[in-house]
Amino acid sequence: MSFATSPIWPPADPRDRGGPQQPLLMVRGLQKHFAIRNGVLGRVAAHVRAVDGVSFTVHKGETLGIVGESGCGKSTLARLLMRLIVPDAGEQIFDGDAVGVQGGISVKDLRRQAQMVFQDSSSSLNPRMPVQGSVAFGPMAFGMPKADATALARELLTKVGLNPALFGGRYPHELSGGQKQRVNIARALALKPRMVILDEAVSALDKSVEAQVLNLLQVLKRELSLTYVFISHDLGVVRWISDRVMVMYLGEVVEIGPADALYAAPKHPYTQALLASRPSMDPDRRREEAPVSGDPPNPVNPPPGCRFHTRCPHAERVCSARAPVLGDAAAGAHLAACHIQNPASGHSLAGRPVLPALH
Amino acid sequence: MTMSVPLVEVEDLSVNFVTRESDVRAVNGVNFTMMPGEVMCMLGESGSGKSVTMRALMRLLPPKRSVIRGRIRIAGQDVQAMGDAALRRMRGGTVSMIFQEPMTAFDPVVRVGDQIAEVVAQHRGVSRREGRRRALDLFELVRIPSPERRLDAYPHELSGGLRQRAMIALALSCEPKLLLADEPTTALDATVQIQVLILLRKLQQELGMSVIFVTHDLGVAAEIADRVAIMYAGRVVETGSVRDVLKAPLHPYTSGLLASTVHDQPRDRELETIPGAPPDMRNLPPGCSFAPRCPQAAGDCQLAVPPPVSPSPGRVARCLRVAGAQPLMEFA
Ligand SMILES: Nc1ncnc2c1ncn2[C@@H]1O[C@H](COP(=O)(O)OP(=O)(O)OP(=O)(O)O)[C@@H](O)[C@H]1O
Ligand SMILES: Nc1ncnc2c1ncn2[C@@H]1O[C@H](COP(=O)(O)OP(=O)(O)OP(=O)(O)O)[C@@H](O)[C@H]1O
Ligand code: SF4
Ligand code: SF4
Ligand SMILES: [Mg+2]
Ligand SMILES: [Mg+2]
Repeated sequence: MSFATSPIWPPADPRDRGGPQQPLLMVRGLQKHFAIRNGVLGRVAAHVRAVDGVSFTVHKGETLGIVGESGCGKSTLARLLMRLIVPDAGEQIFDGDAVGVQGGISVKDLRRQAQMVFQDSSSSLNPRMPVQGSVAFGPMAFGMPKADATALARELLTKVGLNPALFGGRYPHELSGGQKQRVNIARALALKPRMVILDEAVSALDKSVEAQVLNLLQVLKRELSLTYVFISHDLGVVRWISDRVMVMYLGEVVEIGPADALYAAPKHPYTQALLASRPSMDPDRRREEAPVSGDPPNPVNPPPGCRFHTRCPHAERVCSARAPVLGDAAAGAHLAACHIQNPASGHSLAGRPVLPALH
Repeated sequence: MTMSVPLVEVEDLSVNFVTRESDVRAVNGVNFTMMPGEVMCMLGESGSGKSVTMRALMRLLPPKRSVIRGRIRIAGQDVQAMGDAALRRMRGGTVSMIFQEPMTAFDPVVRVGDQIAEVVAQHRGVSRREGRRRALDLFELVRIPSPERRLDAYPHELSGGLRQRAMIALALSCEPKLLLADEPTTALDATVQIQVLILLRKLQQELGMSVIFVTHDLGVAAEIADRVAIMYAGRVVETGSVRDVLKAPLHPYTSGLLASTVHDQPRDRELETIPGAPPDMRNLPPGCSFAPRCPQAAGDCQLAVPPPVSPSPGRVARCLRVAGAQPLMEFA
C-alpha cells in the first residue's frame, strides 16, 4: 500500500514552533481521581485513582506505545491528554506551551492539533449520520465549506481503504466493527492534526485489515509528519509500531523504555509477566498455568507501597512498605519503578541486571 | 466421536439485511457441524459475518430487516421454527452468549449477585435464596476471589477481568450445552486473558460444553480451539483442526491471514497484507469471493463459487487449487 503525497497537506508545518528538539508533549505528575457517589444523597464515598501521578515525554515524529491491564487508566490518560476531562493535578506542555493556562495554548487549539481515535468504534460515530458526513463534520465545524469538506472526507475514506462510493452513504450500523474503526481514523485525520492518540484503534480489526491499517498509519505518519500515542493490549502490535513503550499498572507508570530493549529485557516484574502471558501460537504447547495469578486490585484502594506487590513473585517486605520510584525519564532511558532496580532499596535481588525467569 | 449426534448443525445458512436502498448479503451459505464438547474458533475478515452468524444461532437478528435462509439445528431442535416459549428456553438455557464488553450484559444499578440469582431463579423455577446460593457456587467455579463479597458488588466496582468472569458465571448459570463467545477476551490484558482462557478450557472440559469462540487472535485460537473455521465474505472457506490449519493452511485467504499476523516482525518493514479489500457484500463477485485478491486466481475461479473439498479427513476448504481434493457430495 502506498500513497502519493497528498496535495492537501504541505510537508513543512508552520505550526511546528519549538523545532525538532522540543518534545511535542510533556506531561508531569498528571492525576485524575474519580469520585464515586453513594446512594440518593450523592455523597462522595470513595475515589477511583484512575491516573495517579503520570509523567512522560513524547518526541516529535515518535510513536509512544502504552500497554497495561484493563482499567489501569490508559483511556483516562488519553482523555486527559485531549482535555476531554480536566486533571486534578499535573501539567501538560504541548510543543513548549502549557495547556489551558494563561499565556499557554488554549484547549480549543490543542484539540485542533491533537486528535483521538476512541476504543469503542460504535458509540463514537453519530448513528443518524452517513459516515461520509461524520468525517466531513469536523472540518465544517471549523469553517471549511461543505463541498471542500465532502471532497476531503471522500479522499480520507479512500485513504483508509473504504471506497466512498460504496461506503460513504452508509450509516454506522450498516458497517462492521473494523469498517467503523477505519471511518474513525479518517475522521481524526480530517482536522489535520499533529498528534493522534489511538486508543485501542485496531483492536476490533481482523489480522489482515489490522496489518493494512497499521501500514496505513505508518504511511500517514510519514506523509503528514504525525506523532502517535498508541494504546493497545496487543503486545505484538505495540512492539511493531512503537519507538518507545510505556507500561502502566493501576494508574501509574511502572516501566518505560525503547521498544526493543523493553521487550528483550523487561525490568519490571509486571512487564515480564505480561510478556510471558502471551498465547503460545502453537496448539501443541498450550499454557497450563498462568505466569501470574490474580487480577489487578481495585483502583479505589490501591495496595500500599508497590501496587504490584499483591501479585508479584518477587515481592518482599520492602515492597509493601515503600513505593518504588520510576526516576526521571531522560530521553530514551529505560526505567522501571521496582525496588529490584534500585541497588540501595534493601530488596534481596536489588542491583541484579536481569530479572529471574518466571516459572 | 463419530457415533455421537452433532449438537449444532448449520446448513446453508444465509442472512440478508434488507435496507431502503440495498440488500447486504452478510452470510452466504455457511455450513458447519459441532459435536458435543467441541471448541471451535471462528476467525476471519472483519465484516465477514461472524457476529451475524452467532446472532442467527440465537435468533437475535432484527426480524423485520433480516432474511434468514437455511437450517440451524441445536440439540435436535430447529431454531428457525421455534416459538416464543421454546426460544426463551433456548436462550440462557441450551445456549448462552458472552460478549466482548461485559458491561452490556449487566444492569449497572443492580448488584451482580442479585442479577445472577434472578436469572437462575427464573430459569430453574427455584427461590431467590436458592438462586443466590447457586450464584455463589458459580463465582467459585469461575475462581473469583472472595466470592461472597463480590456478589454484593455493582458491575462498575469489578475490574475488567472480574467482570468478564462474572459474565462467564452468568452465562454458565443455566448450564448451557453451547456457549457462544464473541471476542470475550479482547478487552483483557495478557496476564488476565491467559487466566480466562485456561479457565474456559477447564470449565468446558468439566462441563462437557461446546463453545464457539469468535476471535481475531490466532494465539487465542491456538490456546483454546479444537477446530477452527475461517470465514471470508459470509462463507466458511476453511475448517479443520487448529493444528492443521495453523501449521499448513489450505485456502489462500487463510495463508494470507497467517502471514499478516503481527508477531515480532522487523519494525522497519511493512507488514505483509492481503492486497485489496473485502468485496462489497451487496454485490458479490460471481465465483470465488476471494478471487480479486488471490495470488493463485485464474479464469476458472470466477465461474462459480468453489465447492467445499476435503483433501484429508477432517479438513475442508473452498478453493479450486487445493491439491488432491475430493468433492464433498453432501454439501455440493
Ligand atoms: N467517569 C468515571 N467515573 C468513575 N470511574 C471511572 C470513570 N472513568 C473511568 N473510571 C475508572 O477508572 C479506572 C481507569 O479506567 P480507564 O478506562 O482509564 O482504563 P483503561 O486502562 O482504558 O482500561 P481498558 O483497557 O479496559 O480500556 C477504572 O477503574 C475505571 O472503572
Ligand atoms: N443490521 C445490519 N444491517 C445491515 N448490514 C449489517 C447489519 N449488521 C451487520 N451488517 C453487515 O453484515 C456484514 C457482517 O457483519 P458482522 O458484524 O457479522 O461481521 P464480523 O465478521 O463480526 O466482523 P468484525 O470482525 O468486524 O466484528 C458486514 O458487512 C456488516 O456491514
Ligand atoms: S517493587 Fe517489589 S513487588 Fe513491586 S515489582 Fe518490584 S519486586 Fe515486585
Ligand atoms: S478458488 Fe481460485 S480465487 Fe478462490 S481461493 Fe482458490 S485459487 Fe484463489
Ligand atoms: Mg480503555
Ligand atoms: Mg463481530
